[in-house]
Amino acid sequence: MPVFSFLAYPKTNMKEQLIKELSQLNYCEVHSADNEDVLILLADTPDEETNKGLIDTVKGLDSLQSLSMTFGHTDS
Amino acid sequence: MTITRRDFIRAMALKSAAVAATTMFPGISFAGWKPTDQTTGSIVWSKTPCRFCGTGCGLLVGVSNNRAVAVKGDPNCSVNKGLCCVKGYHSIQILYGSDRFTTAYVRKNGKLTATPIEEALDLVASKMKDSIANTGKDSVAIYGSGQWSIPDGYAASKLFKGCIGTNNVEANARLCMASAVTGFLTTFGMDEPMGCYDDIDNADVFVTWGNNMAEMHPVLFSRMLANRKTKTHVKIIDLTTRYTRSSQAADRSLLFHPQTDLALANAICHEIIKNNWVNTEFIEEHVSFHSGKTNIGYGVEDHFKFKDKAETVDFKAYKLFLDDYTPEKVEKISGVPAGDIKYLASLYGDPSKKVTSFWTMGMNQHTRGTWINNLVYNIHLLTGKISTPGNSPFSLTGQPSACGTVREVGTLTHKLPYGVVMKEAARKKAAKIWGVPESNIDPKPTYHTMEMFRALDRGDINFMWIQVTNPMVTIPKLRRYRDGAKKKGRFIVVSEIYPTPTSDIADVILPSALWVEREGFFGNSERRTQHNEQLVPKPGEAMCNTWQLIQVARRLGFEKQFPWNQETYIEDIWNEYTKFHDTPKHRMAPYAVLKQRSGVQWPFVNGKETSRRYHAKYDPACEGNSFDFYGKPDRRAWIWLRPYEPAAESPDTEYPFWLNTGRVLEHWHTGSMTRRIPVLHKAVPEAYVEIHPEDARSLGVVNGSKVKISSRRGSLVMNAMIDGRGNPPKGMVFVPFFDEKYLINEITLDAFCPISKQPDYKKCAVKLEKV
Repeated sequence: MPVFSFLAYPKTNMKEQLIKELSQLNYCEVHSADNEDVLILLADTPDEETNKGLIDTVKGLDSLQSLSMTFGHTDS
Repeated sequence: MTITRRDFIRAMALKSAAVAATTMFPGISFAGWKPTDQTTGSIVWSKTPCRFCGTGCGLLVGVSNNRAVAVKGDPNCSVNKGLCCVKGYHSIQILYGSDRFTTAYVRKNGKLTATPIEEALDLVASKMKDSIANTGKDSVAIYGSGQWSIPDGYAASKLFKGCIGTNNVEANARLCMASAVTGFLTTFGMDEPMGCYDDIDNADVFVTWGNNMAEMHPVLFSRMLANRKTKTHVKIIDLTTRYTRSSQAADRSLLFHPQTDLALANAICHEIIKNNWVNTEFIEEHVSFHSGKTNIGYGVEDHFKFKDKAETVDFKAYKLFLDDYTPEKVEKISGVPAGDIKYLASLYGDPSKKVTSFWTMGMNQHTRGTWINNLVYNIHLLTGKISTPGNSPFSLTGQPSACGTVREVGTLTHKLPYGVVMKEAARKKAAKIWGVPESNIDPKPTYHTMEMFRALDRGDINFMWIQVTNPMVTIPKLRRYRDGAKKKGRFIVVSEIYPTPTSDIADVILPSALWVEREGFFGNSERRTQHNEQLVPKPGEAMCNTWQLIQVARRLGFEKQFPWNQETYIEDIWNEYTKFHDTPKHRMAPYAVLKQRSGVQWPFVNGKETSRRYHAKYDPACEGNSFDFYGKPDRRAWIWLRPYEPAAESPDTEYPFWLNTGRVLEHWHTGSMTRRIPVLHKAVPEAYVEIHPEDARSLGVVNGSKVKISSRRGSLVMNAMIDGRGNPPKGMVFVPFFDEKYLINEITLDAFCPISKQPDYKKCAVKLEKV
């Protein structure tokens, strides 16, 4: 049951779109900064395969500039 | 709220991201995210003073689901500015020890038996009534504490002095602060320090007189170190009889032989005069000179009486008196090289240096405790270094409310909340505020603490109520007083939170509410009154000590004097108590102000706190525009001619070592609370005897060896500590008193200062044997 957190950076002027797209994905929790163009993404998935699929999906979003992992935990 | 492991991991993941974002974008805000809701439930943070020492650090206690779960320093409290010591950070764990008293106990057929608290209170009241009826009002007594909250002490004083009419009210602050009080009264005519902790930020030189602040007042010590770090010229001089952690951090550590601080202080004054460092203008306008009795005894016998007599002398006589205290002569008495004495005098004497002196038990627990307090004031008065920023002779307090409850409320045999029982005006004032006939208040003091326990042993007192203190660990020459308390016909009530050697001898144990389980007030070392709210529920039938006293008072027929309800009684008591201090010299802050702030310094006049007393720039009670020592009729501070006199008992061929006792950083007094905090207990799990390495070698003792330590009063076997955190000089041993398994006070001597009646726990003669 992996839990990962990321800082997600939107492309210019696409912060709202990125929030919307991430919020529509399963297993995602999104917190937007009020005063900077950056989001916190929490990915809480049931297994590693789902986690990998989710991350791949996020990385493919048009509104995303880059994704930086800040925390990772998997039950071994 | 229960937090699952998964919730916790999610919270950590989110916080990691937030920390990373903060690092990259300082000032970034995630206003929509409420992390506490997701992690630990709703934590509510509330201010409270720390429960332990007299520094008065402000804490923020986090409460979740009716349980105190976290502590941090209160950044809004000017005392500690967000910092705490190891005891403060762990303080809330004292609430949750597994053997907490949650019900009353009554001794039935020799065995303490759980009893409903109302039944126990009935018994307490009925036994008091019987004692008063059969053996008189002075056969009942209450013994409280500098850990009493202010309303506890106030209710005790009102019940015993105002209603019952006995002055049998004492508190353990007699054992720790009485010499400071008599020092203040004899020099300034009023109790409590003139300075404040902000002096620490302003001083150029700190002289610590026989106190190990690094362990006993660590937050204040940190402020000293912070000052020295930012200003390279700042010096810390440690005057000590034993090398400690404070010595390690000091710029100079001067070891003196026990009791010879008296000679040392006089030698400093001798040098100040010899080198023309006297602040002549200050002396001429604000100081007078006085001598008192000498060869004043040590109080080791029952019914000891002493009354000092002041005679006015002049500067010339004072100078002549100091001829006996040249640095060279004092080197022979004290062991401090004459050159070091001259250096110390030059620091005090340099008009460009601001000097703060600190002391606690080394000077107060001293058979000439009043004298040494006087003598250190002499140094500051000769140089005029007083009542201005950074210039401060400062007596630190050991307990959280020794000042607030014992000294200000006056829970000592001779005291009233305002003035002393001997003064008609003070009795009239108290009778009026308390709603009792003036004739109720006895004009004659009865027993100070040592004499009170002697009276219990003799049978003159047969009922004693002990609250918030553990005398069956702390009273010197303990065996006599423990055996006395257990004699047939004595009835002992103990209000406590955990089992202790004192609750072991009780006939009734009343379970007390602790600190943040009830509302109250403490008063710290710098005249700061600090309010605390009730933050968590009381366990079981535990009851606030004030409410216990109110309940018994009503059972004794004093409903009129104790009319308050359980919702507002603390506020009502505060409003009644502060009527005693309604003058610019001692006005206390209103309840609403205290609730709001992290402590308020009195006198509180026209909405302003008073940081320093006795100077018109800071103190609204002063007349003129400069210094005004208004506590004395001549409006001058008094310099006293006090000689060096030896200790009550010194090493000899049979008992060749000095015994010094005290505390350690991790444990609070007798350890009844801190030994129940696992991390503190593990840090220092048991007491030990510190021995100098050469003495240890002579005895064939290594670290951890069993050593028998004996005095003329008893003996004890404990582990040796060599080169530990403290190092006594050759010929001295040190034992901390926090561990009830090793009752070191069975060995100490019950000699006391004849003026303050405070015992000397720092000096008696012992011998050592390898076991």
